[in-house]
Amino acid sequence: MEIRSVKYRIGKNYGFKALVMIFAFACVIPLLFILFFIVSKGITQINWHFLTKVPKPVGEPGGGIANALVGSILIVVIAAVIAIPIGILGGIYLSENRKGRLPYWSRICTDVLQGVPSIVIGIVAYFWIVKPFGFSALSGSIALAIMMLPIVVRSTEETLKLLPSSLQEAGFALGMPFHRVIFKIIIPVGTSGILSGVMLAVARISGETAPLLFTALGNNYLSWNIFGTMHSLPKLIYDYSTSAYDEWKNLAWGASFVLLLWVLLLNLLTKLITRKWKVQL
Amino acid sequence: MESTIIKSRNFNASFGTNHVVKNVNIDIPRNKVIAVMGPSGCGKTTYLRCINRLHELIPGATSSGEMTINDENIYQMHPIFVRLKIGMVFQRPNPFPNLSIYDNVIAGYKLNGIKVPKAERDRIVEFSLTRVALWNEVKDSLNKKGSFLSGGQQQRLCIARAVAMEPEVLLFDEPTSALDPISTSTVEELFHELKTNYTLIIVTHNMQQAARVSDKTAFFYLGELVEYDETKIMFTNPKDSRTQNYITGRFS
Amino acid sequence: MDTSSVKNSAITRSELPLRVINSTPEAIAKAKSRVRRSFRQIRTETVFRQSLIIMGGFMVVLVLGILLTLIVKSVPSIKSLGIKYLWSGTWDPVHDIYGAAPFLVGTLVTSFLALIISIPFSLAVAIFLGEYYPKGWLPNFLKNAVELIAAVPSVIYGFWAVAVLVPIVRSLETHLGARQPIGNGILASSLILAVMVIPYAASLGRSMIQLTPSVLKEAAYGLGATRWEVIRSVILPYTKSGLFAGILLSLGRALGETMAVTMVIGNTSKMPSSIFDLGNTMASVIANEFVEADKPVYVSALMELGLVLFLVTVVINMIGKKIIDRFTND
Repeated sequence: MEIRSVKYRIGKNYGFKALVMIFAFACVIPLLFILFFIVSKGITQINWHFLTKVPKPVGEPGGGIANALVGSILIVVIAAVIAIPIGILGGIYLSENRKGRLPYWSRICTDVLQGVPSIVIGIVAYFWIVKPFGFSALSGSIALAIMMLPIVVRSTEETLKLLPSSLQEAGFALGMPFHRVIFKIIIPVGTSGILSGVMLAVARISGETAPLLFTALGNNYLSWNIFGTMHSLPKLIYDYSTSAYDEWKNLAWGASFVLLLWVLLLNLLTKLITRKWKVQL
Repeated sequence: MESTIIKSRNFNASFGTNHVVKNVNIDIPRNKVIAVMGPSGCGKTTYLRCINRLHELIPGATSSGEMTINDENIYQMHPIFVRLKIGMVFQRPNPFPNLSIYDNVIAGYKLNGIKVPKAERDRIVEFSLTRVALWNEVKDSLNKKGSFLSGGQQQRLCIARAVAMEPEVLLFDEPTSALDPISTSTVEELFHELKTNYTLIIVTHNMQQAARVSDKTAFFYLGELVEYDETKIMFTNPKDSRTQNYITGRFS
Repeated sequence: MDTSSVKNSAITRSELPLRVINSTPEAIAKAKSRVRRSFRQIRTETVFRQSLIIMGGFMVVLVLGILLTLIVKSVPSIKSLGIKYLWSGTWDPVHDIYGAAPFLVGTLVTSFLALIISIPFSLAVAIFLGEYYPKGWLPNFLKNAVELIAAVPSVIYGFWAVAVLVPIVRSLETHLGARQPIGNGILASSLILAVMVIPYAASLGRSMIQLTPSVLKEAAYGLGATRWEVIRSVILPYTKSGLFAGILLSLGRALGETMAVTMVIGNTSKMPSSIFDLGNTMASVIANEFVEADKPVYVSALMELGLVLFLVTVVINMIGKKIIDRFTND
């Protein structure tokens, strides 16, 4: 009696492990499927023409994603320029002040902000900026900056929290003022963590569409004017994905490839940075 | 004439390239209390965990040599069978936090999927808790979770849990090092009573405890079994100078 | 030096004695400039500290601002449509009829269906990485792959779903005998959402499982349990609340997801009657109709949906975080 039931339990043990492995690796299948599709359909689109021309009107062959590419770069860069200083300073504030009412609520609000759906940020940004000033790339950047903030703040805070207080104390003991201690000692040591947080935030907003729907809108022409409407890669993909015209669909595949490549590159760089620059404390 | 229950011949154990137990030969007699002592890092805990094959759960851990119980090779049996015959009590009392006292005692049966009728389960729980002198203290709170118990009581609960499986051997890994002196002495009293029905192997870093509770003592040093003898002889007239140095406190 | 008159930030030039080593004019000038620099630094330091506080407060102001804007802009809709707006079943802005029930149903059904589909996979990844193979090249590959799932932009998921998933679902629906096998709709949205949501419960579950104290696992092994029995009887009960928090995190993500769902769900503001129907979620109807909303009540009704989305996702995320905090501090 005993022997048979133990064999059964051992069998169940291996069975469960097999089940877990099957389900775990099954997750990779849709990912590989998607990657394969985007790469195979998109890579054939890439050429100089594709990257430097704007989409042609319906029915005409050719065209490219230049306006969307330029637009995405501008919008993301401006969003980063806005969000990075605020985010890093906010992270410094939270790591320096563990207790207290303002830090407590600030931390909660950062977490709340991280969970807000991107479309909500989009409609709020519409009322804050578009209503008074009109549709513009800048308004889109601001909306994206709002989405970047919690990520940058959190990763800065976590990075700085890991550093031992003796580092700061050494600076103070030498008579350095607080801002020098932060910028000359703490931040350089924490660069890898802060940088990876920034890169992850940039990767995240590069692909965001919803906030741009009501702010930067879109633009069929190549524009460098950040105070006017501007196209972006995600918007192009969104618009052309459901189109019936193959030329536009192909542009969407190409744009998807470029966007995916960019996001993957950032994620890869982040991993390399955290591995290579990990400071031994 | 004592009969031997556990035998080790040329037994070695390693963590990767770190050779921690070197060529141990030992005969453990039935129904006695065997203390295993030695300084930190001497391999005594590793050796103990090899007896019930807990050692091999660590990635990279290996062992070689012969280890038998009742002349059956432990390393040729399935670990489940080994652990049904050889129970273990750990250094930190570790009753399962989500189970009541009652469920903790018969946890072994539930985990192994052994179906037991309720009347029999009640009998096992009462029997095991009585064996560890805990029955009177908890019989009215069997359905409560064990978190209100003191350290000593929790450890006795863990002993009851092991005893419920009716093993032949009980292994103790520094069982009182996390307990206060009063709990320690209640647990030590148990050893004396438990040996009528079980063989006890107790790893301890407390020399006085080894002298107090055991019939035979094994002294490990740097992975080797240096000396193994009757406790009385070991502590009054040790044969090896290393044992002598350890006992007199030259190193610990 | 009389220190009683020197307070932290109230050092005035007259109270600070100059330690003059020699009285050459150059030495005096050097010492004076050093003092000037110290005062400059103290001023900068104060400014810096204040700006930090401002940045800390900025986050609070931002969130309160968002909440306030949502509430204020929803007021017209709440005033004229009342609370029954939320459970009316007809959405017809052209004829001034507003009812949010189709979107609430659409959101809930897609999110919960996605959750149910994704949980076994998330759990499997969490157990595989947390218990079976915490280290090694193979689990590293899986860990990176799962993180990649979270990194892919949702509009790309949407595009792929439109191009590949929808036709698959269409043929599935034909086989299952649906009335109008289109492919788009609740089912397809739930499927793509399920994929997108896997990483959240998986990564949190993995960290929770790794936190299980090994003493408990060893006690179970010592009693003769197999690995599966240890997982079932020790690890899973111990990490119950942590795993639940992971699921909440996934749910929060699913509720707020916009683009992929919008591209696949079919933009139909009628109450769906089966998972094969087209529909809309709160997020997708905002995405589709916000720019064209011409009447103030129309816009306000959509803002009210935004408010509901905001409140629901915030509450779910907060509960999840609380559970995690309590679990890691025990």
